[in-house]
Amino acid sequence: MKRNGLSIKTIVAIGIGSAVFVILGRFAAIPTGIPNTTIETAYAFLALMSVVFGPIAGGLIGLIGHALKDAVFYGSIWWSWVFVSVFIGFFIGLFTRKIDIESGIFASRQIIQFNVVQAGVQAIGWFLIAPALDILIYAEPANKVFVQGAFAGIANIITTGILGTILIASYTKTKSQSGSLTKE
Amino acid sequence: MAVEMLSYIEKESPVHRLSGGTKLIIFIMWSSAAMLTYDTRILLFLFIISMTIFIVSKVHIRDIAFVLIFILIFLLLNNIAIYLFSPQEGVRIYGTNHVLFEIAGRYNMTLEQIFYQFNITLKYFVVIPAALLFIVTTHPSEFAASLHRIGINYKIAYSVSLALRYIPDIQRDFRTIAQAQQARGIDLSKNEKLAKRIKNAGAIILPLILSSLDRIEVISNAMELRGFGKNKKRTWYSIKPFKRADYITIAVGAVILTVSLIITFHDGSRFYNPFL
Repeated sequence: MKRNGLSIKTIVAIGIGSAVFVILGRFAAIPTGIPNTTIETAYAFLALMSVVFGPIAGGLIGLIGHALKDAVFYGSIWWSWVFVSVFIGFFIGLFTRKIDIESGIFASRQIIQFNVVQAGVQAIGWFLIAPALDILIYAEPANKVFVQGAFAGIANIITTGILGTILIASYTKTKSQSGSLTKE
Repeated sequence: MAVEMLSYIEKESPVHRLSGGTKLIIFIMWSSAAMLTYDTRILLFLFIISMTIFIVSKVHIRDIAFVLIFILIFLLLNNIAIYLFSPQEGVRIYGTNHVLFEIAGRYNMTLEQIFYQFNITLKYFVVIPAALLFIVTTHPSEFAASLHRIGINYKIAYSVSLALRYIPDIQRDFRTIAQAQQARGIDLSKNEKLAKRIKNAGAIILPLILSSLDRIEVISNAMELRGFGKNKKRTWYSIKPFKRADYITIAVGAVILTVSLIITFHDGSRFYNPFL
């Protein structure tokens, strides 16, 4: 059956992905000891979903997941940081199109490619966009938001680098490698 | 680990009777107004209105107390952080300097700084009741219908509805997996070192994610079998039609947004300066 627009699988992936993002963001965030800064395992998951389901799904999981998490657990939405999640989900998805995860291959070449993309995208998101929007929307002091952004960015890049790579590698193992059949 | 979260609270009130689409539009307009303005008069005005709507909605404070406490702690920490990082921010913004008393070095207490931080806090207090009320008075299945109502593709609206539907399920999965792993000696609490905790978190989220990916397969097959997405349009079981009260509410909301933006920006600055 041919359809216009998003496939059913992408739609469901956005829905379930957002729900998992909410739960990870609320329960699987590890405090670092610096106030208001936690190690967010949710971004490792977001990176996995972006790589597997593409930029549209990644961006929307960032949007719906983050906005719902803020709304149901904290009662108000911090749009400046929600926007960063959208940005990260979308661009990790966009720049990792070349990594064909369904073929079951995630070797060192792909691992390096993934990590360069995720570190670059997250650096722009956390070091520049989040503080800039905080200043623009909430007129918070520049040095405060840049320090917060720097801590959040470094923590998330490292977490995604370790946990995200492990997640994608384990996901790839569940897929059979293309060309793995041999003729006897 | 039963962590409470905000959800729909059944009540009979004018706010509950409004269509979800209306509430969503008002929520978006309200947040934009509160985000753009820094005018104390506007903020106070919006704050009084949102308090009034809150009373009209008959939602009890104790039902949402756990969220309020959390927000108040966050605001307190945020205010302390702002002061520590930039004690002269108010002086910079308002251009005058009324020192109340000195503390040490560049840390002194000025009227401008107090006024600036009062405004930041007020900004949050304007947005919070609107967001809380929207969640507490809109039924989740009506939420998707209202997203579709304001022009969002029904497939995306359906994703949001799926997310809301599965948050409790995934929360339960998370708890089950976490307890199973704790029974095997995997500790997530403060007793572990940070690096070990991250590793242990992996042991919980990996099964959670893989089972969720399975869930995606199952649900999308079920939806495929029922022919989801075949047509360009769909109808919603729980949609509420727009009534007169809805049109009036939206009109009033639009007027408030426009007026507050005009008052905020007419003198070229989004800050209201009482010091000049």
